[in-house]
Amino acid sequence: MKRLTDAHPREPGRRTYLDGVRAAAPIGVAAVAFGVSFGVLARSADMGRVAPIVMSVTTFAGSAQFAAASILGAGGGLVTAIVAAVLLNLRYGPIGLSAATTFEGPWWWRTLTAQLIVDESWAIAQRDDGRLDRHLLVGAGLLLLVTWTGGTAVGTFAGDLIADPESLGLDAAFPALFLALLWPQVRDRSRLLAALGGAAIALVLMPFTGPGIPIVAASLACLIGARRSR
Amino acid sequence: MSAVWITVVVVGLATIAIKAAGPLLLARRTPPPRAQAALEHLAPALLAALVVTQALGGDNGGFAIDARLAGLAAGAAALLLRAPLLVVITAAAVTAALVRLVA
Repeated sequence: MKRLTDAHPREPGRRTYLDGVRAAAPIGVAAVAFGVSFGVLARSADMGRVAPIVMSVTTFAGSAQFAAASILGAGGGLVTAIVAAVLLNLRYGPIGLSAATTFEGPWWWRTLTAQLIVDESWAIAQRDDGRLDRHLLVGAGLLLLVTWTGGTAVGTFAGDLIADPESLGLDAAFPALFLALLWPQVRDRSRLLAALGGAAIALVLMPFTGPGIPIVAASLACLIGARRSR
Repeated sequence: MSAVWITVVVVGLATIAIKAAGPLLLARRTPPPRAQAALEHLAPALLAALVVTQALGGDNGGFAIDARLAGLAAGAAALLLRAPLLVVITAAAVTAALVRLVA
């Protein structure tokens, strides 16, 4: 016998899309500024105006976009830029696995909503039982997509107003940005070793290879994780 | 197609596929523990390499020591003080700009 309450289950404390938007609001403010910096970096890397905006909508992953833009800007070539950016986004494989049961509907709808997974929306959507809250993830992801892309658009146009990015120290902002992104990643000893290994590989290779190659080779340091697992 | 657009299209398609892989292929299977453990260490390894190359990289490969290092130090100090991301980045940029102004 089907009961009415089963057809419309009431979950105490159920979250809405708006809850996700609210939870991500402070990060959204930062995402505008990051988007502006990416737009400015992309301009200085001769990426034009439209391509960085398209990239913010489709790739929608800060570190990979900064890496691709800085490698292109440094003359590292498109293969190293693509490989480094794709390697940086490989973490969305396991993250996606953890979100595998989060989305509903036909395959194309799950593909579309899965694009709203970024580190921040994924973190906000974590539930106590280890699964993900779809409403929080979608609400937070949409806000971050809009703020990140909007910031990128502003940056690609305001980039023209900045005569010399180096005089403003913008080039120094990016190692600090990557350090800030790295900071929460280093939460145990083996991740610290992976970070130190990656930095060491990059340092050793930098004098001998073109830009980009040291970053790709540094990914081998992740094998520290496999060696140290049971 | 220019190198920029090829990069945008290929990276975009690859990222879309990577993000969708889990929700599409699920089948209640997770990667072997060792592969999973390695992938979890990819982000710290690559981000650390990016810190190094962005702070020390020269225009045509090799090293270039300049005001970026002072900026990075200021950013690290802000991180240690648990400053928000925006403060960390601003501290790095302002410090490097001031060093260049004085030098």
